[in-house]
Amino acid sequence: MADVYDMMIVGAGAAGLTAGIYSSRAKLKTLILNEGAVGGQMVLTHEIANYPGVESISGYALANIMKKQARDFGCAIKSNIRIVRYALNDAVKEVELEDGRVFRSRAVILAPGGRPRPLGISGEEKFKGKGISYCATCDGDFFTGKELVVVGGGNSALEEAVSLTKYATKVTIVHQFDHFQAFEHAVREARENPKISFIMESELREIKGADNVERVVIEHLPTGDRTEMATDGVFVFIGYLPNTESVKGLVAMNDRGEIVVDGAMRTSVPGIFAAGDGIVKRYRQVTTAVADGTIAALSAAEFLRN
Amino acid sequence: MLQTNLHEVESAAGLQKLLEENENVMVCCGRMGPMCIPVYEVMEEIEEEYSQVKFAVMAFDHPEAGVIRNAPECRGFMGLPFTMYYKNGKVVKATSSIQNHKQVTTILNEQFAS
Ligand SMILES: Cc1cc2nc3c(=O)[nH]c(=O)nc-3n(C[C@H](O)[C@H](O)[C@H](O)COP(=O)(O)OP(=O)(O)OC[C@H]3O[C@@H](n4cnc5c(N)ncnc54)[C@H](O)[C@@H]3O)c2cc1C
Repeated sequence: MADVYDMMIVGAGAAGLTAGIYSSRAKLKTLILNEGAVGGQMVLTHEIANYPGVESISGYALANIMKKQARDFGCAIKSNIRIVRYALNDAVKEVELEDGRVFRSRAVILAPGGRPRPLGISGEEKFKGKGISYCATCDGDFFTGKELVVVGGGNSALEEAVSLTKYATKVTIVHQFDHFQAFEHAVREARENPKISFIMESELREIKGADNVERVVIEHLPTGDRTEMATDGVFVFIGYLPNTESVKGLVAMNDRGEIVVDGAMRTSVPGIFAAGDGIVKRYRQVTTAVADGTIAALSAAEFLRN
Repeated sequence: MLQTNLHEVESAAGLQKLLEENENVMVCCGRMGPMCIPVYEVMEEIEEEYSQVKFAVMAFDHPEAGVIRNAPECRGFMGLPFTMYYKNGKVVKATSSIQNHKQVTTILNEQFAS
């Protein structure tokens, strides 16, 4: 037996929770299905200082307020679930969870957001928590007095490399291009830091060690030369991937796997809307995710009325 | 103090008491950070389902959390949180860094099958 809702929302990040608030406040029976922790990338953020109306708040606190708002309006939220089947083309949409539960609705909002891009090289999984990290504020102090490699060349990589010099004696930034994709001030700050050195036009190929990270293999891309470098840890900041693999082929996407929407957040399939970091867009922020979620919920409500 | 809905252990003696009173115990020792919060959330989510397991958290920076920070099973750990699984007071598994729902329940099913 399937549980029937007016609206199903896939993802409980800023976009999905906002859509949940608007949809349930419009008295639509709404269900949010979320694969990870409620709040999505917001809980990865120690401080959000650019959300209008709130001077400074931790991402966790902001996510909890959004979750409470959605629940208080009657929105059901199921987290830590996995959707294994989508049937989205008919008038009544259906999803099935790993545990066999089936849910149906006439409108669906896809808000699956994104995740940090992994290196995808040998040793990465083995050394997670044993020298490989994706969060400088979480794990930086374990590397006090040690030498580190930071992979990436965007704002996050450069800013986090600078913050890691509080702990590490030496930070080597390894970046695939001969220039950075970051704000000028972030590049300047990294370049002026005496503890930071740079290996450009290079990529990590392997992470080695016995129990913990001990060495990395670095390939210089123009020549193909490989060298081994001793290090105590590797911090990875190489951008984000949209979490859209599970709906690939079901709605139109661009070649980066981002869902194509129009101004009303409609996808290529009637009754399916999308919002947040998983759609084609330029700026990925909490404010833009919240705006997308609002538009998607209002458009979906209108679709249901008609 | 950690802001979770889980039982919080606040001293080494408190942990010892928990281990004496419960056969199966999972303790996540962390901060209110991005790698730890998802693990607390998994624990909150499954607490009812795994009634044979006592779930608890401990603040990593609490001086008494040295009992976990310095445990031999955590040697080499360099990622928060440190998560410990105890059976009859003995550590049967320890993990470092973020773990998802599946990783946690796989360990619980292996170690604490009812
Ligand atoms: C370290 C960091 C710092 C940042 N700092 C700021 C900042 O200061 N200010 C700012 O405005 N923005 C900041 N951002 C960006 C901002 O957090 C994101 O743009 C925004 O949170 C995206 O929200 P979202 O709802 O689209 O996606 P997400 O937050 O990614 O949420 C998507 C949710 O969907 C779930 N999901 C994915 N796939 C599925 C599926 N198949 N089924 C079910 N659920 C699924 C995910 O588990 C997740 O919970 C930061 C991001 C990071 C990583």
